[in-house]
Amino acid sequence: MELAHSTSAHHHHTEHDHDHDHEELSFIQKWIFSEDHKVIAKQYLFMGILWAIFGGGMSLLFRLQLGFPNAKLDWLQPLLGDWIKEGKLDPEFYLALVTMHGTIMVFFVLTAGLSGTFSNFLIPLQIGARDMASGFLNMLSFWFFALSSAIMMVSIFIETGPASGGWVIYPPLSALPQAVGGSGLGMTMWLTSMAFFIVSSLLGGINYITTIINLRTKGMSFFRMPLTMWAFFITAIIGLLSFPVLFAAALLLIFDRSFGTSFFLADIYIGGEALQHTGGSPILFQHLFWFLGHPEVYIVLLPALGITSEIIATNSRKPIFGYKAMILSMLAIAFLSFIVWAHHMFVTGMNPFLGTIFMFLTLIIAVPSAVKAFNYITTLWRGNIIFTPAMLFSIGLVSFFISGGLTGIILGNSAADIQLHDTYFVVAHFHLVMGSASFFGMVAGVYHWFPKMFGRMLDETLGYIHFWISFVGIYMVFFPLHYIGIAGFPRRYYSFTGFDFTKSFTDLNTFVSIAAIITFAAQFIFVFNFIYSIFKGRRAPSNPWKSNTLEWTTPINPEHGNWPGEIPTVYRWAYDYSKPGASEDFIPQNIPYSETKESNFENEVDPIESKH
Amino acid sequence: MGQIIDIKSDSSLSNFPERPLSMHPKKFALWLFICTVIMIFGALTSAFIVRKADGNWLEFELPVLLWVNTIIILFSSATLQWSYFSAKRDNINNLKIGIAITFFLGILFVIGQFYAWKELVSMGVYFGGSSSNPSGSFIYVLTGLHALHLVSGIIFLLFVLVASFQYKVHSKNMVRIEMCATYWHFLDFLWIYLFGFLILNN
Repeated sequence: MELAHSTSAHHHHTEHDHDHDHEELSFIQKWIFSEDHKVIAKQYLFMGILWAIFGGGMSLLFRLQLGFPNAKLDWLQPLLGDWIKEGKLDPEFYLALVTMHGTIMVFFVLTAGLSGTFSNFLIPLQIGARDMASGFLNMLSFWFFALSSAIMMVSIFIETGPASGGWVIYPPLSALPQAVGGSGLGMTMWLTSMAFFIVSSLLGGINYITTIINLRTKGMSFFRMPLTMWAFFITAIIGLLSFPVLFAAALLLIFDRSFGTSFFLADIYIGGEALQHTGGSPILFQHLFWFLGHPEVYIVLLPALGITSEIIATNSRKPIFGYKAMILSMLAIAFLSFIVWAHHMFVTGMNPFLGTIFMFLTLIIAVPSAVKAFNYITTLWRGNIIFTPAMLFSIGLVSFFISGGLTGIILGNSAADIQLHDTYFVVAHFHLVMGSASFFGMVAGVYHWFPKMFGRMLDETLGYIHFWISFVGIYMVFFPLHYIGIAGFPRRYYSFTGFDFTKSFTDLNTFVSIAAIITFAAQFIFVFNFIYSIFKGRRAPSNPWKSNTLEWTTPINPEHGNWPGEIPTVYRWAYDYSKPGASEDFIPQNIPYSETKESNFENEVDPIESKH
Repeated sequence: MGQIIDIKSDSSLSNFPERPLSMHPKKFALWLFICTVIMIFGALTSAFIVRKADGNWLEFELPVLLWVNTIIILFSSATLQWSYFSAKRDNINNLKIGIAITFFLGILFVIGQFYAWKELVSMGVYFGGSSSNPSGSFIYVLTGLHALHLVSGIIFLLFVLVASFQYKVHSKNMVRIEMCATYWHFLDFLWIYLFGFLILNN
């Protein structure tokens, strides 16, 4: 790893360049209002895990209702208080749980927890930068997220309950407290919280993009960047373009709710009496919402795909198959994500011709997605696969991505969607392709980069147990839901035993609920492993996975500034694994070609040193 | 505050191997911020068009005052550009005068917008309430949100003005005034877009 230093002379400034970082920072500056990207990443990670436990736990509560509709739930009274009425879950609270589960998982866990953790942690380390472009804005980004989290958390405990109109907050349901209790103060807090969340995301995104474009180390051209960097880069651009639109929608909704405007509220009669609103269009909200909402799916998924590319290549000991095809497919997915939003609205009464266009555009996404799936599999093909827990989770992601993606082709069909819209088929689809896949990407990332984050290793045996229960469990939860959905069973319904056509699914629902409980319980193996290993884990070597990327050239516990001396220079792409002729099966990015003459291809020579 | 890693001292600008193309991170971040503002107003004006196509749309004349305000903001862009050129030529006095004029023109614009709102109200075009129509509400949202951004621009101007009195803005130190001018011109351009949009759609 010291090779880079031997080839390029030390620059006079590097010694004093970061002297100020060695000054002792107070505890608050170092761990709370930190401007160090690694600390901020960990803050995001802890917060993400905490929210995941909350959001996942909520799903168990409503799974209890769905799986055991006749069970007495009095024993939950100490936890839920008045939300349990006569041994039953309050129906309004059920809606609140569904809404909060969606909001928390999509935004707080898989957007902030995933992008926030890994973009912050990996971008400076993998492109060779001392920190983010602006450490201050980065800190601000996290604390806006914390503020947003606090408001959302408090909203769960208020008397009228948190927002209950579904995570998509369609008006008029979300605009009128007469519709559901949660649309009162709970919804106001939801909107406030999301406004801060958007500010946090934008601050983060601006920082990620600026850092990747401007602060790459010498030699780190765009086409030498690891695919993780490409994924985070494209994710940040999507977020930058789509979150402001959600902001605009939320702003108009706030005006409708609190200032008496009628952007989204048509003439509405409640109890025979007309409300003062007139002339609004609820469909307009759906357009604005899904213009964010669909790209949001890829904001959640792309970082996980990037992490997977990195882990699969490293642990297959093979170059990633189709590096440029991977980049192009991500760019294509990002582009398409902006022009398919109306496939969420096929049944809103939109023009069927328009529906056909959106169906066509939607189905095109299958092409770049298939390119990615194909490239993962071909990277694995005949590799010297090392089944680390991170690798298993990455392969699990590929499995979910394929099985969940296939149902996307069915749902994207505007005719089939008439039957399937808002059924459990949709629930099964996006929980596999977006929920579970992204979650697996996030967990894989934690297993892979834990040694860099904390200088210790996670326990592998616990990792394997965690993987197998989760992998099998997730399929047991979501696969049966396809059948329930095809039968026409609508999502978000509190009680299904009242309908003849759904009665026969009682056993299946019980099975799903039990599987969900087991899967959720298994996550605590991970939580235990995570916390235990931070303090008592085996000490990590400097490059535990024999990986090529720059973060493994830092000290085991990097200080602020990441590299004690000069930042390494990059001479090659990140995927020189098992190169023919090389003595080892990996050549890190900072090794010049002049030192690997035995394995160089014809055109691989170092650039000529000049002006030194 | 706002610590930006100094890329110049980090890279030593050696050419071995090539250092990736890059621009000043703060300026770049400002452009990204401008992108987000464009997306917000893009979303709102798109919503305007979609909603208008639905019918039930109140038609009314735009306040004449908006024309005056447009001239004010165009003029303010010119004065800021003048102070930018002055800074480039190290004419600190003109720089201060230019920023100060821009600052007051900015405030004048915001006040003018407020009076335009009053004119709207007197015409019976309301933001909310039972006699309001989305066509009127949209005008308040578009102008109000623009004015809010303009206030942020005025605060930015104030910072640069203070810095210019401390002799921190000159030909060797142009980042502040460059960024301020970029943002201000953008807000000017944004207003022209919004005003043109409203004229074409009314």
